[in-house]
Amino acid sequence: MLHIQNVEKSYRKSGLLAKRSEKVLHGVSFSCHDGECLGIIGESGSGKSTLGRLILGIEKPDHGAILLNGQPIAQRQVRRGQISAVFQDYTSSINPFFTVEQAIREPLDGDGRSRADHGRRVDELLEQVGLSPAYRTRYPHELSGGEAQRVCIARAVANRPRYIVLDEAISSLDVRVQVQVLHLLQELQSVYGMGYIFITHDIQAAAYMCDRMIIFRKGQIVETIDTDRLREVQSDYARTLLGATIII
Amino acid sequence: MNILEVDQLNIKDTHTGKVIVDNVSFELRQGRCLAIVGESGSGKSLTCRAIMRLNPSSLHQTGRILFRETDLNALSAREMRNMRGRPIGMIMQNGMSAFDPSCVVGVHFRETLGEHYGWSRSVIDAMMQEAMQSVMLNQPAQLMNRYPHELSGGMLQRMMIALTLVLKPDIIIADEPTTALDTLSQQEVMAQFIHLRRTLGSSMIFISHDLGAVRHIADDVLIMKSGQIIERGETGQLFTAPRHDYTRQLLSARLTLSDHFRQLINEE
Repeated sequence: MLHIQNVEKSYRKSGLLAKRSEKVLHGVSFSCHDGECLGIIGESGSGKSTLGRLILGIEKPDHGAILLNGQPIAQRQVRRGQISAVFQDYTSSINPFFTVEQAIREPLDGDGRSRADHGRRVDELLEQVGLSPAYRTRYPHELSGGEAQRVCIARAVANRPRYIVLDEAISSLDVRVQVQVLHLLQELQSVYGMGYIFITHDIQAAAYMCDRMIIFRKGQIVETIDTDRLREVQSDYARTLLGATIII
Repeated sequence: MNILEVDQLNIKDTHTGKVIVDNVSFELRQGRCLAIVGESGSGKSLTCRAIMRLNPSSLHQTGRILFRETDLNALSAREMRNMRGRPIGMIMQNGMSAFDPSCVVGVHFRETLGEHYGWSRSVIDAMMQEAMQSVMLNQPAQLMNRYPHELSGGMLQRMMIALTLVLKPDIIIADEPTTALDTLSQQEVMAQFIHLRRTLGSSMIFISHDLGAVRHIADDVLIMKSGQIIERGETGQLFTAPRHDYTRQLLSARLTLSDHFRQLINEE
């Protein structure tokens, strides 16, 4: 269980003369169950990515707490191997000097298993994300967007984490590849049973993927709704968002 | 009448010798909107930049690009420069990099319009403010004094549309204008594009990978894949009866998401 309790975050913004601080998150609280896919939907600048970074423990909140099974996520031993991430920009997500194998192997280091075990795990992971073992020796620049994102996903599930934060993970892909990656994520969830925190501005993709959705605006939760009750959303903002979606 | 004819356009990378766009021919009729649809790497953006002759010199292009009676591919660099902006206008994907980051946006407008029409500063400001209001940008006078980084992507994109409204080009080339935007701004920008077409009556080339947006605006559609046109037709026909396998794949992928969404939000 992942609990986000009354989290606040501000950044200092340097102006021409005076430094002022801008609040990005205003007292956000929610929780995500094990094995749940929770969508966080917001526009750019709404603070949804900041929230993602706080959940990952990359940054610390000013106030409030983020707890994984009751333990604060700020402690490294709590989050180690338990939570991982896939980001939007697949080109900068993989070290350009690493081969695909090195990239996937990196999170496995130090788990006490042998190199041969790790090698087998890399093969297994590549197969699970739909890439042939021939990709092991490729470098990131030799991959297409969809392939690179599959490698990032393989790396994210390598440790069998409990939660994966997907921050706009499919937004820069072509629609056809988006659907393939969504199906891949669903398959992996049935194998590993991890929870997803699916951060996106694309409400259609979120509706396809998530069990529950949080509509996020200006650092606050506007509304939380189960996906199968999406049509019953109450707030004006959520209704505008639904109405603005271009459907084919 | 065809306003633009592209005949056997070939683009080759001189470093690798690879042909990136392979014998592409199409025409744009007066007052119509032609959408070029393809995935990343299909050569759709290169084709359009070839029309504007904006590709880097390492990409060699051959073929004829007839705009009215002139072959754009045979013009000198100086003559070509005069074609950009007024006769053929372009709206880029990323509003943030389309403006000069070191000046307020008003400077950009004054430079562009001063160059093409030779108007005075007060005339330009008045025309721009009117155009900005028509694309739903409030308080245009203040907005003209903002730097690009102070504005959102959707606002910058609408400013480009406002500038295009004043320039009144004969052909508008829009390269993935909504891709980088959020759902809400996407819808606003699409509405402004439809408004732009209605007021100017210009011909338009609309490049996109999003079939949803294409269906709302285009009259004709070209589907490109790995540098070739694999299917073409009128929008309605292409959406209801796609002939090529690849087109069907693109459509079904989009429909997978849309159908699910529609089911969720519509009452049974």
